[in-house]
Amino acid sequence: MTADERPNPEERPTLTQKERMKLQRVAMPEQDAAARAVNFGEVNLGLTEELAILEAERCLMCPKPYCIDGCPVRVNIPNFIKLLREGDIKGAAASLSDDNALPCVTGRVCPQESQCEKACLRAKTGQSVAIGYLERYVADWANRHADEIARSPAARTGKSVGIVGSGPAGLTAAGELAKKGHDVTIFEAFHAPGGVLIYGIPEFRLPKDIVKSEVDRLVDAGVKIEANAIIGKTYTLPELRDRFDAVFIAVGAGLPVFMNVPGENYKGVYSANEYLTRVNLMGAWLQDADTPVLHGQRVVVVGGGNVAMDAVRTARRLGAESATIVYRRSRDELPARAEEVHHAEGEGVIFEYLAAPTEVIGDEDRWVTGVRCIRMELGEPDDSGRRRPEPIEGSEFEIPCDMLVVAIGTRSNPLLTQTAPDLEVSKWGYIVTDDHGMTSMPGVFAGGDIVRGAATVILAMGDGKTAAASIDSYLNGVWPPVVEEPPAPAEHKARAKPAPAATVTART
Amino acid sequence: MHRVLTNEQLSPNVYRLVVEAPRIAQIRKPGQFVIVYLGPGSERIPLTIADGDAEAGTISLVIQAVGKSTFDLVEVQPGESIAGIAGPLGKPTELPESGRVVCVGGGVGTAVILPIAQELARRGVEVTSIIGGRSREWVILEPDLAKCGEVVTCTDDGSYGRPGFVTEALKDAIDAGGIDEIFAVGPVPMMRAVVGLTKPAGVPTTVSLNPIMVDGTGMCGGCRVSIDGETRYACVEGPEFDGFSVDFNELADRLSTYRPFEQAALERRQACKVGLRTDTPDAQPAGTAGGAR
Repeated sequence: MTADERPNPEERPTLTQKERMKLQRVAMPEQDAAARAVNFGEVNLGLTEELAILEAERCLMCPKPYCIDGCPVRVNIPNFIKLLREGDIKGAAASLSDDNALPCVTGRVCPQESQCEKACLRAKTGQSVAIGYLERYVADWANRHADEIARSPAARTGKSVGIVGSGPAGLTAAGELAKKGHDVTIFEAFHAPGGVLIYGIPEFRLPKDIVKSEVDRLVDAGVKIEANAIIGKTYTLPELRDRFDAVFIAVGAGLPVFMNVPGENYKGVYSANEYLTRVNLMGAWLQDADTPVLHGQRVVVVGGGNVAMDAVRTARRLGAESATIVYRRSRDELPARAEEVHHAEGEGVIFEYLAAPTEVIGDEDRWVTGVRCIRMELGEPDDSGRRRPEPIEGSEFEIPCDMLVVAIGTRSNPLLTQTAPDLEVSKWGYIVTDDHGMTSMPGVFAGGDIVRGAATVILAMGDGKTAAASIDSYLNGVWPPVVEEPPAPAEHKARAKPAPAATVTART
Repeated sequence: MHRVLTNEQLSPNVYRLVVEAPRIAQIRKPGQFVIVYLGPGSERIPLTIADGDAEAGTISLVIQAVGKSTFDLVEVQPGESIAGIAGPLGKPTELPESGRVVCVGGGVGTAVILPIAQELARRGVEVTSIIGGRSREWVILEPDLAKCGEVVTCTDDGSYGRPGFVTEALKDAIDAGGIDEIFAVGPVPMMRAVVGLTKPAGVPTTVSLNPIMVDGTGMCGGCRVSIDGETRYACVEGPEFDGFSVDFNELADRLSTYRPFEQAALERRQACKVGLRTDTPDAQPAGTAGGAR
């Protein structure tokens, strides 16, 4: 059934709240676990129109929609759901894209269970409305019908903004600023835009065509992208500041953290950044790619975040007979999205909980042959509120492997900041901003992981959106900006605190 | 896009491409490199900026064709384009203002030595370049280096210049005394052998390392090398390091990671093309499969 053949909504009876409450949450159609464990096709297949309308009917249209407060970019969730179930998919798409620059992305990678769906009233008594599934459904429709919802370009303001980095924060800010009529140029260090959406998140979770079409839409809206431009090398930040009326730094937290244990430089040991970049950005999962990647048969991935899940599931798809997660806490503390853990388990990934590597073992040719670990037990809660893992003396054991991926977090990259002496950074190299996202350099703003430490796509997008509003105000000569302060979600408040040295990569 | 202006063969498998890269030509410094991305599906290949012309907006890349990706690159003809060149990357060489310096270049490493020798000569430092090749046809950039000072050219088979390895010529120079500093760039065994001579003699020696890289900005960690037992990223903290501190064994070992892949890729390529010669003694895989410098 296509959108045009949709039954006339007026023929459908309006449900009572009681009837809505009786509707069960729909299940996301997904690829069979055995089949998907050996291919790179998308795992979640997306809702059919029938399922989407059915799910939309579950929304109670609360007078006080807590779901919006749970969303870092404050998508007007009830509005697009209402339009969807009334049969106005076009209106739903327009509503969604007004609030969210990358809805196809967030509909796939947001941790909804800890954001909008957690705040959903229905979660208190049962299962929340599947907001993420609905967002994806509407966004994918919009992506297929981009010409039908094309908007007229905004009046040009004559003001220019340079954005450093084309990841989720940079793209979101670019979209918002272009909408306001500003002249936006994004600088990307790699040869292709998208940042973590392109190099990090694998095809089976976020198809690259989706990212490309989101980027294309920005380019169509007038955003310019200069690839292969490394700020701090090709241009300095002060140069950019001179060239543009405002600058937004959204470079992410790009440096991989290693474990600092013996044997880490043996062949077959990768950072998750390197492994995923080879596979995703460089296309090493394809047969005829020029860039090689090792195809481990017995793969161990260290870490419990989404990046670790991406790496271990990628290894499975590249032929690993065994693919094991080694995580120092227990299942309850895994920082990864619930869905990623669930999918990984379904694909036969082995989880070795309460274990921490102490040494990488190699053969005489210095190829990795295993990893020595020590058993952990959970003690008192630490600063993060999670119980601190402590080693159990004499509990060492070895896991044989021929490939090891370290996915324990990332830290800030000093390339940009070291050429900008006036830019205030924390002890750990993260950029310090005020409440409006402005740095110590007037007119220079920053957001995403380079401010908050490694976090999620949606939090970076939230920063991009907030910064864009501040930048717009700054360019209009209204400073400090007059903003309606929305009740910020808990994660948002983290921005005020300096980011820690390294943060586990709960990326999406 | 970066248009290729000239493509000149320097030795049986080494080529010099002059390409348009105005911004990089303007700001590049000796010791820095670029990442070259030929086009969709290509590897990202780290290459030292061998020379440049800020006014013309061009840089020179000296490329040794050893793997599929470098063969693809040296076949780009004048008038054709390279999709992306990112840089200049890495830290510039720390150069003395005076004194006497010996620059040792092995194979394609001679191209890394060239901008160093040029800048030293410009500063008025006395430069001697010791370069070598298997035989006469493998010696590169001798006329360019001759503009910077004395050049001692060595060939293994004695077909040109001084017979023997560069290390033998270097040993004589060290024995003669008066050298303040040495820069050595070439295959790992050569750099290891150079340090084997200069360390006991106490002559400070800088080497330029060519580990595996993907992004060149510190993001992947593939280029990690051990310097005095500490892990450093060659792309952002190097590529030049104190030669006395480098773990050459580990570097050589990590460079061999993708050798079987490179071999297979090359065979696939040559199955459908008439290939160039690949029988170089110091051939190393290229691009992300191994430093091409």
